[in-house]
Amino acid sequence: MKYTYYPGCSLEKNASAYHDSTMAVAAPLGMTFQEVEDWNCCGAVEMMAIDKMQAYALISRNLALAAAQTPPGQRMVAPCSACFLNLSKCDAHLTKDPSLAAKVNQALAAGGLHYTPGRVQTRHLLEAVVKDVGYAAVKAQVKRPLYGLKVAPYYGCLIVRPGFLEKFDDHEYPTSLDVLMRALGADVVDFPMKAHCCGGHMTQISEEVALGLIYRLLKNAADYGADVIATICPMCQLNLDAYQENVNKYFGTNFRIPILYFTQLMGLAFGMEPTRLGFGKEFIDAAPALNKIGVEPPERSKPERPSKDALPMPVMPEKE
Amino acid sequence: MTITAFPTEAVARAPRTFMQEVIEDTPGGNPRLEMCIQCGTCGGSCPSGPDMDYSPRRIFAMIEAGMREEVLRANTFWYCVSCYLCMVRCPQEVRITDIMYTLKRKAIREGYYRDSSASDAPDFSETFVDAVMKYGRSFELGLATRYHLRHHPLDAIKLAAGMGLNMLRRGRMDLTPRRINNLDQLHAIMDKAKEISQAERAQIGGGA
Repeated sequence: MKYTYYPGCSLEKNASAYHDSTMAVAAPLGMTFQEVEDWNCCGAVEMMAIDKMQAYALISRNLALAAAQTPPGQRMVAPCSACFLNLSKCDAHLTKDPSLAAKVNQALAAGGLHYTPGRVQTRHLLEAVVKDVGYAAVKAQVKRPLYGLKVAPYYGCLIVRPGFLEKFDDHEYPTSLDVLMRALGADVVDFPMKAHCCGGHMTQISEEVALGLIYRLLKNAADYGADVIATICPMCQLNLDAYQENVNKYFGTNFRIPILYFTQLMGLAFGMEPTRLGFGKEFIDAAPALNKIGVEPPERSKPERPSKDALPMPVMPEKE
Repeated sequence: MTITAFPTEAVARAPRTFMQEVIEDTPGGNPRLEMCIQCGTCGGSCPSGPDMDYSPRRIFAMIEAGMREEVLRANTFWYCVSCYLCMVRCPQEVRITDIMYTLKRKAIREGYYRDSSASDAPDFSETFVDAVMKYGRSFELGLATRYHLRHHPLDAIKLAAGMGLNMLRRGRMDLTPRRINNLDQLHAIMDKAKEISQAERAQIGGGA
């Protein structure tokens, strides 16, 4: 399937591992990407705090450029959750508010551009993989299953929220990444904080507040025995990875949880070389965790039956 | 049918309240601020809620009470991490996150942010936006150095030696900014957008 591709600023350098691994897994997934020509920054969460019209115009320039090179029916894909949110939310607001659309187009006209609201539909990369490619097609490509690797699937906030954008997964407790990781053979651990915020730019505003937010995510993943955290957003990756040592210092903890992009884990399971997938750029070395990947699926222990002395609780009858 | 608390004829005659200003300055349709029932689900859901001067619920009550200065001096919206958890949980479907952005813009325009305990935050946004305006793309090294040298010069040295160096060593930070090709086009669009913003504010009025 063909997509228009909006990489966003992070994927150029800071999250180049995400870009490289996305490009690497594209062929086996049957996805082709055509980058938006001369795209600009989406404004992240900063532009909207400065000037409303400029924020919409900045995003709309990308939408207008994308529309010019996107045949009807083709979707745009953004791997960064913040870019995805800005592009899709802006389009939704322009569609809903014709007077806003008129003003944005007045601004775009100064640069010889025009955008018809609703023309370009944007999906996050995870949604495209899950909905357009499908779990079965992903599973069919697995050559080296991630047996025994305990993965905490981390969604962050912007891919599943806000609600009005008809997000593809649950706002509070999404599961699509869980199923995808299981298709790769990984041992997916329960991760109650999976859709809580990493703090975004808070590391720059108040590091104290930010470290608290990052700490509770790392602690939660560690409590549930995760070897790695799988992420779908460059900001989440940066916060949990680059600030993990600071969290350890601040809270006296000793977390060593590698934060990997879901595309990197897909590439590994597809049998690709780690160097092609951008491994080695992470702050917390992923090698020790990845050495855990076994050749055989681990034996699953049966859920323990409560002892006869315990308080009576409802139990599911055993099948055999 | 959307229920609003303001009958339109009365609004046309009455002086505009702070609440109306906030509502009108929030894009994307009615933010449903007047529908708030003060249940507190927002504050209870907020990841940075405990560090805020006032919870979102309290801020909304203060807006309704017309406490303009107290609201705009608060750190509440600067500590908003824009995660939308309150928004999906709000039983009245108040567009809380969008209202936080409106308060950020108002606090900057009217200068109240200087009294807030998060007074560095707008400068981070402004420094980020400056780079985007100049190059069309964000520039992390430029942003980090300029912002931290200005606000935490001692930390800046520590940061440069620690985080910055580690980022460079891992090939995760550019030394020079990346530029888009058609910068003239971007600037023309941004200038026009600013002009429209200013005209809109002149029309709406209200403080700035």
